[in-house]
Amino acid sequence: MSEHLLPIAVPATDIRGGFVTLLYKETLRFWKVSMQTVFAPVVTTVLYLMIFAHVLANHVEVFPGVAYSSFLVPGLAMMAALQNAFANTSSSMIQSKMTGNLVFILLPPLSPAEIVGAYVLASMLRGFLCGTAVLLVGAWFAPLPVAHPLAVVVFAMLGSASLGALGLVAGIYSDKVDQLSAFQHFVVVPLTFLAGVFYSVQTLPPVWQAASHLNPVFYMVDGFRWGFFGAADVSPWLSLAVVAACVAVVNGWAMLLLKSGYKLRH
Amino acid sequence: MSAAIAIEGLSKRYGSLQALDGVDLRIEPGEFFGLLGPNGAGKTTLISVLAGLARASEGRASVMGHDVVDDYRAARRHLGVVPQELVFDPFFTVRETLRIQSGYFGLRRNDAWIDELLDSLDLTSKADTNMRALSGGMKRRVLVAQALVHKPPVVVLDEPTAGVDVALRQGLWAFIGRLNRAGHTIVLTTHYLEEAEALCNRIAMLKQGRVVALDTTANLLRVARNAQKTVRLRLSGSTLPVALAARQPVRDGDAVTIPLGNYAELEQILAEVRQSGESVLELDVVQPDLQDVFMQVMTRH
Repeated sequence: MSEHLLPIAVPATDIRGGFVTLLYKETLRFWKVSMQTVFAPVVTTVLYLMIFAHVLANHVEVFPGVAYSSFLVPGLAMMAALQNAFANTSSSMIQSKMTGNLVFILLPPLSPAEIVGAYVLASMLRGFLCGTAVLLVGAWFAPLPVAHPLAVVVFAMLGSASLGALGLVAGIYSDKVDQLSAFQHFVVVPLTFLAGVFYSVQTLPPVWQAASHLNPVFYMVDGFRWGFFGAADVSPWLSLAVVAACVAVVNGWAMLLLKSGYKLRH
Repeated sequence: MSAAIAIEGLSKRYGSLQALDGVDLRIEPGEFFGLLGPNGAGKTTLISVLAGLARASEGRASVMGHDVVDDYRAARRHLGVVPQELVFDPFFTVRETLRIQSGYFGLRRNDAWIDELLDSLDLTSKADTNMRALSGGMKRRVLVAQALVHKPPVVVLDEPTAGVDVALRQGLWAFIGRLNRAGHTIVLTTHYLEEAEALCNRIAMLKQGRVVALDTTANLLRVARNAQKTVRLRLSGSTLPVALAARQPVRDGDAVTIPLGNYAELEQILAEVRQSGESVLELDVVQPDLQDVFMQVMTRH
């Protein structure tokens, strides 16, 4: 062991450094296993696309002039983005809690806002990568116009910011992987599957149509799809309002949990 | 100058469990301070409150004058904690782990210091090894490096040598000793009382969430030295010489333990043994150490 003496003056620090590092770490965490976190979900989604597009291609035309396979692509891309944004924060949080290495984040001078911000932004990035990959493959299968590019980006960002924060909340509440898995399979998957990914809710019986309108994920998918076709089940402004409210509520919820230290700081 | 650690009226309840019960403690900069106590005494809870991992029910704590709640950013920048559990992030190598930890503290270009830590802790050859592939002792050293990566003036080690082999323990203490000589305040909890005896200049003993003894190690040891010494003898014959019976001997298998007022008595005892025609096969003079002080304090309270 060397014999240098150690300086004990506390070094000057970069005030945003902690946030940037946590964002980098959360990104590196999923990117190091991208086969499992990006490519695998993209392959699954593309299989949905091939099967449904093949089975239903000649039967349904949801919006006038839009083939079913074209209709399907944005829905599937959004579903992949949302589910993976949720998976990123929730799996990171539950793993860190269970292995105990969450302490490495709790000991440094990171504020609740920095922790939520970094986790959610990394989840948005994973959602963005998965969604983009599905869109690229989908565009090869079916014609994909982009009527309102800005809307596409805004809905993708706000949607994955909501589900990313929801994953953080679910990860904080869950003590075990099976609790988180239950939340994922009984809440997140049904909400995304029943959000009009595979169909237009206008084709549903009135009761289910009304029920779909209570599902916030429906507005994420519908607004996102409007960005491509300029046609949607509800007004894109209504969708934007609902999705923006979702971002605020779920991120606020995550912030409150981190501020109170619930299940993290005992 | 503000205290390295100041704790005032600190209490912590977990439901019906009173983990800390009105602890007052002031640790000055540069001290090597030992926190002793049986399992469940509140040592880890105390550290957790300092580190912001737990919230006090009552009272307050500060690190280098920075309140751990109101001014948590500054408090945490001044504090390095080596947790008791052997935790690690399996996604990263040793160097990535240290760079990331450094970044969390706002130090994103800190490689010179990281290299020095790796060197000091004999981890240089493992810098690019994944954390999963390290032995327990190496993971422990990485935890120490992580706690020091932001050059904290106050370093808290929660049983850093639990389950660590002797060679590593020696190396670790040599390194921590150097940190202390360089001016770092060191607070450690340990189950190995001889470590506390050898390293700490002051010791607090905790029991059921209260400080039951707080003094310099030298004073605590003086108390111990004034306490009863004993001599343990194994004799050639199986019957105890009559002359020794008056000295309140305690049978201990084929040996006998006899209280010793001072060392001069030893000569008398040996003479009594010789007169009875027996001879001494084995002899141990037992001097009370910190362990005994610890046991005395714990049974008294």
